This record gives sequence, structure tokens and C-alpha cells, in this order.
Amino acid sequence: MNVTVIQERKRKEMSNLTEIRWHGRGGQGAKTAALLLADVAFQTGKYVQGFPEYGPERMGAPITAYNRISDTKIRVHSNIYDPQYVVVVDESLLETVDVTSGLKKDGAILVNTQRTKEEILPHLKGYEGEVYLIDAYKVSMATMGRYFPNTPLLAAIVKVAGIMDEETFLREMRASFSHKFASKPEVIDGNMAALKMAFQEVR
Amino acid sequence: MAIALRQINPDVFPAFPITPSTEIPQYFASFVANGQVDTEFIPVESEHSSMSAAIGASAAGARSLTATSSCGMAYMWEELYIAASNRLPLALALVNRALSGPININCDHSDSMGARDSGWIQIYAENNQEAYDNMVQAYRISEHRDVRLPIMICQDGFITSHAVENIELLEDEEVKNFVGEYEPENYLLNPECPMAVGPYSITDYYMEAKRNQAEGMRNVSRVVLEVAKEYAALSGREYGLFEEYCLDDAETAMVIIGSAAGTAKDAVDKLRAAGEKVGLLKIRLYRPFPADEIAAALSHVKAIAVMDRAEGYTNHGGPLGADVMAALFRAKSDALAVNYIYGLGGRDVRVEDAEGVFATLKQMIKDGDAGETYRYLGIRE
Repeated sequence: MNVTVIQERKRKEMSNLTEIRWHGRGGQGAKTAALLLADVAFQTGKYVQGFPEYGPERMGAPITAYNRISDTKIRVHSNIYDPQYVVVVDESLLETVDVTSGLKKDGAILVNTQRTKEEILPHLKGYEGEVYLIDAYKVSMATMGRYFPNTPLLAAIVKVAGIMDEETFLREMRASFSHKFASKPEVIDGNMAALKMAFQEVR
Repeated sequence: MAIALRQINPDVFPAFPITPSTEIPQYFASFVANGQVDTEFIPVESEHSSMSAAIGASAAGARSLTATSSCGMAYMWEELYIAASNRLPLALALVNRALSGPININCDHSDSMGARDSGWIQIYAENNQEAYDNMVQAYRISEHRDVRLPIMICQDGFITSHAVENIELLEDEEVKNFVGEYEPENYLLNPECPMAVGPYSITDYYMEAKRNQAEGMRNVSRVVLEVAKEYAALSGREYGLFEEYCLDDAETAMVIIGSAAGTAKDAVDKLRAAGEKVGLLKIRLYRPFPADEIAAALSHVKAIAVMDRAEGYTNHGGPLGADVMAALFRAKSDALAVNYIYGLGGRDVRVEDAEGVFATLKQMIKDGDAGETYRYLGIRE
């Protein structure tokens, strides 16, 4: 028994757990992005969780999705209350949802916006950690011709959280898209371009 | 779950969708369309029909199953008893969800707990890996000649069913060989031996039929362990009737079913690291209920919290609470025991919640009194 406990403690110390919370609106793909992130992190040998919190599902309703990424097995099955990273897919949620709730000071928040950091900061309730911004609309329109904020944000959070290097990420995502979009391969290049551009655009 | 079913390649799968079990027939339908299985997939108009069709197929001699959740299971209630009483070894992939009302799509165990007395074997999973492993083992248990009873493979709706998690799959061929071909002894489509299934039974036989079902149930624990042993040799993953986690020297323990067990294990680790003698017993096989084995595993524990993700409306707790308390009583246990209702309708369970339960148990030992034995966890009063 004691051996088990020691092993468990060791396991915890080594776990290097990253927790991410996504805030979006129904239809923007926050859930899909969280599941894709889990999938791509899994491909690099990590233990992962990607799961949505289901409220009233409808287009435009606030939704939350979560990721846990760890070097060791993940057993906890609760939502994430003290994340290291928060992704805000829709900046209008800054007014209605307490997006920085529990967010660790040594973590970061990533906001999809066309505004500047100075304009966003007053909406973050004095959050002291790092703030990253990306204009997912610009990236999405430039690369896919339609507004899919989740693809640019997926790349941006991978960069911000240092989940994997760009080359590995792009390679694994191409494989993932090839599977996901098997019936419409014409969208793969646009999505890949969005990921690449987002890596550069996150500020 | 759908992948396990693809590897099993059952003969007949009638299905009607209901959240959160929908993805199982949805993915399976794509396997059918892609020619990856040769299963007869029957889209039907209700759960009453999906279970009826699964029963008909099973009676005919086919390996059959369906999937459902919540109100869908409620709508197949009549058929659940028919499957069990006809000793048909079919499977039900049950994705646990609260029953209405208020209408709710999230996880609790009120659907399957309601069916605990229907004569089905019930096996529960903590995570996707266990759900997969349990499904692969399902037919080996239910079709065993000493059992011949339907089996319900349960997993927590959304919490595990809609989560992306790591999972280790067996090779298709390994599953195929492990599960084997279904060779029913008596079946409707056997011209050598014409038979009737589900005839009327008056008072002079009904009770013997029920006693017979109970006899099959008595053999389940043994078969579950035999199959688990073989599965461990194949997969390296070991299963029992229940899992004991840090229980050997525990003074306080939690008895729990499903995904929240994983969360509670993190609480156990945290408290153990602080020197607390806490442990956990996770139910895998709930029907039949391994009462003697559970009482034995808890025999040295001073204070026990039994966790129910379903109400029983008995005014003193839920179904698991009643079963564990009865087991402890039969074993003449003098442990202090309380029963918590938790996680109804998807109410989140945190590591801190589980820590709070252990703190309460510790206080109970100090007080020498369990206090109120019927409690709610994480409720806003």
C-alpha cells in the first residue's frame, strides 16, 4: 500500500499538468477546438482530456470546454476551476462571463479580438498574468474566406501554452484534418494556412 | 464503445437515438456503411422497438444489442424484464443520464439504478478505457452457459461518453478471438428443435422461472472473475468485481460508482500524502451485488461513506447505500456508515468535494457517531 502511495506522489510531482478552459458561444467551435487539441496532444504521447460542459445547447449560447494535458495518467473527471490558461473565443463574453475566474497568476489568457491590449485589459478584472491577443477574424477571412474562429485560436493556444513546437503541431494537424475532412479535402489547405498564420499573428 | 462494438461485430443492432448515447449507433452506422462490420443495423422508431427487436434477434439465435440513455431506457422498461426472464444474453450499452424532470441531459445513475431489479447484469466504468474493456468482456459473461442473462454496460453520460481521453485498444483480431462465435444452445431458428419463447406462465411455473433466473445470477460473479482473468492475460488490464484503492489499511473509505471514482482517487492521494488513512472501493459489478466480498473488503474500515448518484426516495438514502448497508449488517459490521446523494443531473464533483467527505468521516470516528446518515453532497440549501 505504501509503495502505491509513494508511486502516486511521485506520479503527481512528475505530472506536469496543463489545464485550459475555453469560453465560446455555441456554433463557434470551442468544443471542437478543445477536442482537436486533446487529439493532437495525444499524438505527441501525452495523456489528455478534452471535454465540453453542456448547458442549453443552441447557437450563440455561452459554452465552456476544457483540456487537461499531462505526462501522466489523468483520473480526475471534474470541470476545471483553476486553469493555467483561458481562451476567450468570443470577446463579448468578457462582459457576461467571469472568464478570469480561478485563472492562475502565472498562467495566461488568450483573447480573440481586433482591439489592443490596452483596450482589453480593463475587461479582465485586474488579472495580473500574461495577456495574449489574436485577431481570429482576420486570420480566418484571409485563409478560409469564412469566419471559423476556432482554427486560429487552436494554433494560438498551442503557441501560448507551449504545448508543442510549430512543426510537430502542423504535421499532426494535417493528419488530423485529413481524417476529419476526408469527405471534403478542399478545406484542409485553408485550415492549415489558418493555423500557420495564427502562429505568426498571436501577439 | 462504438469501436469495441465494431471489433465484436454483433449480428443485429437495432437502435433509436437519444442523447448522450446517440454517438454509439451513429458511429456504428458508419462502420456498417463502410462495410467494416456485417451487422444487421435496424433503425427503429422507438426504444420500445429497439429492445423488442434486440430480444427477437437474440431469441432467434443472433448476438444482438442496442444502446440507450435515460428516458430511452424508461421506454424499454417492459422489454428489459422480458429479455432477462427469457434468459437472452443480449447487451445494452447504457450511457447514464438523469431521468426527467426537470428535463436534463447530463449524467446521473437514476436510469440504470431504476433497472437494478430487472434481472440484468450491470457493470459500470470509471473512464473510457474501462467502458471499452467491459464491453469486450460483456458477451463472454452474458452468454456463458451458467449465466445466460442480458448485460448492461454502463458509463457516465458526457463526463466520459463525450470526453476525448487516452485509450488502449486491442487489435481487431484479438477481440474477435476473445469474444468468439456465439453458439446458442436453444434458439427459434433451429428447425431441429422447435420451441416457443416467452409463453404465458401461470402460477404453477412463474415462480420457478424466476428462481431459475436467480440461479443464473448466482453464477455471474464467478464468471465475471474468470473472464476478467483471461482478459488480463490478453490486455494486461486487471478487473475484479470491484476495485480497492488504498483500502488495505484504510480507516475511512468511500464506496462509489463511475467517473467520480477517479476524482475521488485524486483526493485519496492528496490525503494519503498528508498521512491520512483513507481509501476507496469502486463498484464495477453492481448486479448481482457482491455483498459478502464488499463487506469483507470493508471489514476493517471504521467509517464509510456510500456515494449514490441517484435518489432512492426512501428518506434514508439511495440504492447503493441500501445495498452496502445491508451487506455490512449481514456481516455484523460495527462501522459508522453514511450515505451521500451526489452528482445528480451532472452536478460536478470536485476533488475538494471528495476531501470534504473524508473529513466528515474522520470527524464521525472522533465523535463515535455517524450523525445524520442520509446526506447530500454539493447541494445549495
